[in-house]
Amino acid sequence: MTAALDLVAVLPPSRPVPSRGRPRRRRFTAARLGVYAFLCVAAAFFLLPLYVMLVTSFKTMDEVRSSSIFALPWRPTFDAWIQAWSSACTGLECRGVSVGFWNSVLIVVPSVVVSIAVGAVNGYALSLWKPRYGNVLFAILMIGVFVPAQVVLVPLVRMLAGVGLFGSLPALIVVHTIFGMPIMTLLFRNYYASLPDELFKAARIDGGGFWRIFWSVMLPMSTPMLVVAAIMQVTGVWNDYLMGLIFGGSGMVPMTVQLNNIVNSTFGEKAYNVNMAATLLTSAVPLLVYVVSGRWFVRGIASGAVKG
Amino acid sequence: MLPLALTALLAYLASTLWTVALSFTGSRMFPSSRFVGTAQYERLFASERWSIAVDNLLFFAVFSIVLCTLLGFLLAVFIDQKIRAESLFRSIFLYPFALSMVVTGLVWQWVLNPEMGLQAAVRDWGWQSFTLDWIVSEDKVMYCVVLAGVWHGSGFMMALLLAGLRGVDEEVWKAARLDGIPVWRTYVSIVLPMLSGTVATALTLQLIGSIKVYDVVVAMTRGGPGLASEVPARFIMENIGARSNLGQAAAASTVLLLTVLVLLVPYHYVRKHQAAKAGRAT
Repeated sequence: MTAALDLVAVLPPSRPVPSRGRPRRRRFTAARLGVYAFLCVAAAFFLLPLYVMLVTSFKTMDEVRSSSIFALPWRPTFDAWIQAWSSACTGLECRGVSVGFWNSVLIVVPSVVVSIAVGAVNGYALSLWKPRYGNVLFAILMIGVFVPAQVVLVPLVRMLAGVGLFGSLPALIVVHTIFGMPIMTLLFRNYYASLPDELFKAARIDGGGFWRIFWSVMLPMSTPMLVVAAIMQVTGVWNDYLMGLIFGGSGMVPMTVQLNNIVNSTFGEKAYNVNMAATLLTSAVPLLVYVVSGRWFVRGIASGAVKG
Repeated sequence: MLPLALTALLAYLASTLWTVALSFTGSRMFPSSRFVGTAQYERLFASERWSIAVDNLLFFAVFSIVLCTLLGFLLAVFIDQKIRAESLFRSIFLYPFALSMVVTGLVWQWVLNPEMGLQAAVRDWGWQSFTLDWIVSEDKVMYCVVLAGVWHGSGFMMALLLAGLRGVDEEVWKAARLDGIPVWRTYVSIVLPMLSGTVATALTLQLIGSIKVYDVVVAMTRGGPGLASEVPARFIMENIGARSNLGQAAAASTVLLLTVLVLLVPYHYVRKHQAAKAGRAT
């Protein structure tokens, strides 16, 4: 249960301190060459799939069949991308991944807002108001992090079906809020607990109530945590597969599920170029978040890793 | 607020108990209350499919964790050598972690495709006997799943360990240099033990993450060829869905849950012990 707590402590400081006396920088020796050689080989391994996806997606199927997966396209074409976006087939319908894209947007925006709001208020209440049984509840929540989702899936489906929510957008928002709650609560609880006590006491003496203090004092100070939480939840919810598959029903298929349907259920010859374009399109949002957020991303995933 | 937290607890605690209860019933497509004792567990442990799934999970957990940690540590150490373009390398090693497991599975499925992927490319270059058909081989398909897992997760290990390395006191390095200890020796014998807390945390997270492994298998192999890459999470999903056997799914879930809890207990004590030690030291 302390795993997550440790992680937050383990997060790197804002920026790595640039120069510390590791082996002193020498001129280019054999050892330095070895270091760079290793790093470059490793980089090639990590970049290989991305490269293959890119070159494949710009080829025609004829070319995919006749050339090696590493070859650059002779005549780059956007056809596969257009097809992937607007007319690739899932076996049921042929409207491309754009359907899943907009579904995912519809799912991600409210899920992220609601789960962060709930997590922030929970963390605030737990750390500063110290409600009775707060710690017991929190401990159960933390064990919840480690419980494989399959364990609670069936009861959750029954409960949501019981209140008439199953297979809809609200169901997904509720589910993402539930599964995001442990880590979101943890994140904000630790953050608020790290603020000086005097702040909260002063606000209390000035007559602030529960909500007043939250809105006027705590929330404005939470920007860094809100950014980290948003990065984690946007990538986490966007990349989710299981919840979308189970709770989205047929009306709210998120992009990951649709992508898998397109690639894995096509009959006849697979259109690899279209598949790769669709895969890249599905990765676009998390990659963009990754590139834009930079070092914030590391903090986010480090604390988000407990979600597994 | 706490009503909200309570709801989540209901969703977690009550749901878990519900599943455990279901595992003692003869539920098929819908939950039923017909009590069947431990019949579901007997059936589960007798099932060949489940034993394949468990073996695969063990294989995946051991190899992906060892390889991720090893590669992550190497990457962190090499990046820590005051290299140029450090942030570029870091970004390259970490980007797979931003992608979903579905994407990871699909890309590697394509790269490892024997007819058109890496095998075909290497044969085109003239190495005619080159064979890399793991993904369609019952014996070797799990290597592919591990490969995808390592590709996805090593960067994360690197980020955690790098943060740990950067936290090591400069004096340690100076002292080691004065004593003439080679750099690699300092890393292995001095710095690594100092990071044991970070490593323990990272290992636990990976272990628990690997028990949940599901998406990547679904996307990459759909449990195939045959049942050769079946994993427990997929086994459960199949029993909930296609095979409409909730009782079996619940029994399997309960076994999985117990495994996670059993793994958490020793970890919890290790952490406590370490915290106590740290407390004494200061």
